[in-house]
Amino acid sequence: MTFFRAEGLSIRFGGIQAVAGVTFEVRQGEVLTIIGPNGAGKTTIFNLISRLYEPSEGRLIYRDLDITRVAPHRIASLGIARTFQNNELFEHASVLANLLLGRHAHRAATLLEEMLFLPRVRRGERVHRERVEEIIDLLDLQRYRDAIVMSLPFGVRKVVELGRALASEPALLLLDEPSSGLNVEETDDMAFWIQDLRCLRGITILMVEHDMRLVSQVSDRVIALNDGQVIAEGTPAEVQRHAGVVKAYLGG
Amino acid sequence: MRIVFKTDYDQDIRLFRHGGAVCWYGCLGAALLLAPWFLGEYWLSQIAFVCVYGMAGIGLMLLSGYAGQISLGHAAFFAAGAYTETLLLAQGWPFPLTLVAAGLLAGAVGVAIGLPALRLSGIYLAIATLAFAFIVEEVLARWESVTNGNNGLNVPLARLGPVALDPNGRLFYYVALCAVTLLMLAAANLLRSPTGRAFVAIRDSEIAAQSLGVNLAWYKTVAFAVSAAFTGVAGAFYAHKLQFISPEAFTIVLSIELLVMVVVGGLGSLHGAIYGAIFIIVLPELIGVAKDYLPAGVAGQPGLKSLLFGLSVIGFMLFEPLGLHGRWRKIQLYFQLFPLYRRATFKRQRSYLRTERLR
Repeated sequence: MTFFRAEGLSIRFGGIQAVAGVTFEVRQGEVLTIIGPNGAGKTTIFNLISRLYEPSEGRLIYRDLDITRVAPHRIASLGIARTFQNNELFEHASVLANLLLGRHAHRAATLLEEMLFLPRVRRGERVHRERVEEIIDLLDLQRYRDAIVMSLPFGVRKVVELGRALASEPALLLLDEPSSGLNVEETDDMAFWIQDLRCLRGITILMVEHDMRLVSQVSDRVIALNDGQVIAEGTPAEVQRHAGVVKAYLGG
Repeated sequence: MRIVFKTDYDQDIRLFRHGGAVCWYGCLGAALLLAPWFLGEYWLSQIAFVCVYGMAGIGLMLLSGYAGQISLGHAAFFAAGAYTETLLLAQGWPFPLTLVAAGLLAGAVGVAIGLPALRLSGIYLAIATLAFAFIVEEVLARWESVTNGNNGLNVPLARLGPVALDPNGRLFYYVALCAVTLLMLAAANLLRSPTGRAFVAIRDSEIAAQSLGVNLAWYKTVAFAVSAAFTGVAGAFYAHKLQFISPEAFTIVLSIELLVMVVVGGLGSLHGAIYGAIFIIVLPELIGVAKDYLPAGVAGQPGLKSLLFGLSVIGFMLFEPLGLHGRWRKIQLYFQLFPLYRRATFKRQRSYLRTERLR
């Protein structure tokens, strides 16, 4: 079974070919990292996978299912969750509400049932809260539970966003620069969590990251991207030594 | 300061945070139930008006305060409810059923405006809804065979079984109170379920909402439909209060009045809708009182009410963006933390809709 596979993925914005025929595969249970200089098309690939952009060519296969034309809001219920590079949290809501929104794909009741708050809705809410509390516990967010996101420091927001993605119980988690804006200790925490998620919860992780220390620490494989094309693929050490990668980063 | 020690998930789910809140709401409910014995007909009628505006306020609050979709066209839904009520009563439909029909029809109109509105946001949505309200106003004036055009329609007296509902009477007051309470409960229930959270998600970040599985088109349409339905029910009651309806009663002024209500009350709080409704009803009263003390040249100006309305909105936008509800929360907190309250506790944070950057 193919767990996740991008085939010949391309997208063009006007005259710019942001992603040009990228093919890669994510194996179930691994941590795969995409690296590359600014503008290489890393985040664009994420936006293509979460269906915010329409690819001009190529296919996305997830669990043997072609998801290239699936509606964006259907992606979460398929088991793919993501975080954003600069956080896309619901700023005027509490941390708890943000995490509960992560459970949106698991709601069951209809609008009318919700207006009357029938027992089914209450039961659902209890289950959502139980799952969310587990995540709060895992990520040490207890003291921020009722805080409004707007009032939180950036590092905490990053963790809240990870928690929100986890709340949807994903099989494939897309992390867009999980360590950007974090200090050294927070980055170490992030590395531990990523390893925990993979080992304890069996979540497959596709990550975009610049911090090579974090990359080498957690990734099984790395692919390097430049100008929308894959230039190297392999273990973190192999890719770091690859001549094309060095050239892409340092020029010359 | 009350500290709620949570030991149970239900404590976050239930409507009332703690026993004290239950007690206060109970007192309010009892006072409102007993009001007819203490207040004269005039004040009873004014409270009934607060209930009517409150229903529309709750509807608009769901749409603008929670789902973040600004509407300048709510007079259209108000009108849809009012005309449905009047026409169906004239057809001989029984009273409570006409209310439901008014709500449903206005809800359907809400879907009709909601669908094209899916592609718009912010100021463009406000303009589109404004245009829609003008269209509805024009239809009401021109569709003479049904609406009797600008000559308007007399609203038949509603009957609850054998009893006629005098719009200034006790029974009408109770019916309006009951309706606003039910709508309030429905809105509160909606807001503590996934749908309410999805509204907030759409308001704060469409991109993130979508990636978590929120179907933007569906939830925006739902927000419009529910909001319009609530406003339609309010419109039905409004028709009874006016006893005579014509397109002139549902102009842009009414739309703005409704929006003023939720902004002054405090966007993002159901309480705010009710505070706003009280504000809308009490302000003209205050102006009436103030007129006795103002120089005749000022007091006699016909635009005085509109001027004060406008000024109060600008004042709230500048000094209290969270509205009356926000002010009330700050006063509460001041006393809870006394003497440790800091002015900076509520310092405004820079905030903007992130989604707009990706457009």
